[in-house]
Amino acid sequence: MLEINNLHACIGTKEILKGLDLTVNPGEVHAIMGPNGAGKSTLANVLSGRPGYIVTAGSATFNGEDLLALAAEERACRGLFLGFQYPVEIPGVSNLTLLKAAINARRHHRGEPEMSPVDLLAWVREHARRVEIDPKMLSRGVNEGFSGGEKKRNEILQMLVLEPTLAILDETDSGLDIDALKVVAHGINTLRSPERSTVLVTHYQRLLDYVKPDFVHVLAAGRIVKSGGPELALELEERGYGWLEQAA
Amino acid sequence: MSANAKEIQELVRAREYDAGFVTKIETETVPPGLCEDTIRFISKTRGEPEWLLAFRLKAYARWLKMERPDWAHVHYPAVDFQAISYYSRPKSMKNAPKSLDEVDPELLETYKKLGVPLHEQEALAGVQKEPTVAVDVVFDSVSLVTTFRKKLADAGVIFCSISEAVKAHPELVQKYLGTVVPFADNFYAALNSAVFTDGSFVFIPKGVRCPMELSSYFRINERNTGQFERTLIIVEEGGHVSYLEGCTAPKRDENQLHAAVVELIALDDAEIKYSTVQNWYPGNAKGEGGIFNFVTKRGDCRGARSKISWTQVETGSAITWKYPSCILRGDDSVGEFYSVAVTHHFQQADTGTKMIHIGKNTRSTIVSKGIAAGESDQSYRGLVRVLAGAEGARNHTRCDSLLIGNRCGAHTFPYNEVRNHTAQVEHEATTSKISEDQLFYARSRGISEEDATSMIVNGFCKDVFKELPMEFAVEAQKLLSVTLEGAVG
Repeated sequence: MLEINNLHACIGTKEILKGLDLTVNPGEVHAIMGPNGAGKSTLANVLSGRPGYIVTAGSATFNGEDLLALAAEERACRGLFLGFQYPVEIPGVSNLTLLKAAINARRHHRGEPEMSPVDLLAWVREHARRVEIDPKMLSRGVNEGFSGGEKKRNEILQMLVLEPTLAILDETDSGLDIDALKVVAHGINTLRSPERSTVLVTHYQRLLDYVKPDFVHVLAAGRIVKSGGPELALELEERGYGWLEQAA
Repeated sequence: MSANAKEIQELVRAREYDAGFVTKIETETVPPGLCEDTIRFISKTRGEPEWLLAFRLKAYARWLKMERPDWAHVHYPAVDFQAISYYSRPKSMKNAPKSLDEVDPELLETYKKLGVPLHEQEALAGVQKEPTVAVDVVFDSVSLVTTFRKKLADAGVIFCSISEAVKAHPELVQKYLGTVVPFADNFYAALNSAVFTDGSFVFIPKGVRCPMELSSYFRINERNTGQFERTLIIVEEGGHVSYLEGCTAPKRDENQLHAAVVELIALDDAEIKYSTVQNWYPGNAKGEGGIFNFVTKRGDCRGARSKISWTQVETGSAITWKYPSCILRGDDSVGEFYSVAVTHHFQQADTGTKMIHIGKNTRSTIVSKGIAAGESDQSYRGLVRVLAGAEGARNHTRCDSLLIGNRCGAHTFPYNEVRNHTAQVEHEATTSKISEDQLFYARSRGISEEDATSMIVNGFCKDVFKELPMEFAVEAQKLLSVTLEGAVG
């Protein structure tokens, strides 16, 4: 599904990713862990097409297509989703308006007719319940005045509603209390299926208690320096990243 | 500038002005120039009574002694008032048509192209439902037709061109004309008072709620002519009216002048809602051509508990100089001003409002949203004046500016003068750039850059759009899309 080879990427003149390799197959959940400044968020941003990042070498394909040649919205329409570390407020634009535009953009891309407003509302409400978002919040401005936890749950709501084939969640677990963490984890697990994959970018092991990854990778100094199973996350929790950073 | 902002700039540049065509018809246009004879000619052609000619001449004499105002934050070459023609009408309008069937088909075609419904069974552009809007259409210096007159007359409402009103209801016109905007109020108001041609007249008698929306559509067509529209709206005790105004002009390389005066009078418990969607030709991408829009609009809440609400969506004109204002004379009267102004290319807008609190417990609300793109420059200028007798007066002002790209400008000039210590005046202002984070957030959900920008800008304007009558809100959103075509999908 996702195939990254020798990826190098810069912000301005500063190289952040320095030859990163990663393969994600359908149905897999990968956790990417690592110290601050290792390039975790850069990876998420480069994959989702955020402007301002320059890829200097290497490749990334998504279902065989050159991902890096596509605009952010084209990537999204092909089934990629980025869960933001810092979800953005858009005053005056309701959550429903955003979701409606997003759903219909995908449908348009697939040559399907727009979803009827009635179906759309029912679809969004059903998922809102799942992530414990009050339906009243749907008509409020996107993330406008939302608490940190509400913003993160709203990211998961958008993910559920849009049903991506590959979700990249950038520190969706940070700043959440344990109840909110469970809700978020439940949302992620709901979408788990043999066709869909998830990349969890995280700092901490605790999300992985609720979302069991198939693979855990350590990203340090712009490269994957170690990969393993769920047990690696526990080891990291215990030993920290220092021993791997030296290896990098 | 990031790649993103650059793209937006280019998309903005791609904007087309689709009302920019010229109607080819024979006209009768007076030679350019302004002197007493021009005024006498205009007055005579319109068959006006002596008192109105006297009003015009008095205004003209005063105007000659006045100086062009230069305090606004706009820059433009001096207007040569002797190079403008002050009266132009389609030849076919020499004998006023009795019905739509007698109007030159070429003119009817013009309005069809503009999407202005002239047949009474039609609704406002694109909306197929019960007819709810009566229209008065003004082409250069004359009103062509006013629709739904019978239905309105049955309700006691008078809706016609101001020329007709002068003939049919001289006592009303004489009683109210120039009482809100005196002939010597300012340079352009004096000019208008001297040479005004058509515009609309509305009279809502005591206790009547106007059964439908009223609207006027102003079109400048003839080269080198100015349009000097004059509108007078009077609502008696307990009456209610919602009035809409739209305007367009052909694309031309030279600037054209539109200097209007609009006066609103609300007696006790009366309510006037005045909405404008201004789409005058803004000039081309190099800043050539476009309308100079120098307008004096003022409402007088003369009666207790009266209310006047201005809502404007300003997307056109090369230069905009416009401050729809409210004089809150009656106790407990309410004034509102909701504005969205969009400028791009080299457009300049200095717009805002004045709220003059005279009566007790008068309240005013100002919401101004400015969106500047390209190399345009935009200013909000607002005066809140609370006089000594205005016990308990309250004002809330909010003005927000949104910048698209980094070559445009936004400025805020608020003036607060408070002479009563029980008054409360609040002012909030923000300036922001359309954020790359917001754009990327929406795009990462699959929404194209154009649609995302449109969505963000519409969200920014929501507080104002919700004040527009339904049909116009849709039009305004569409217009915003055309105006920032590309950047706003």
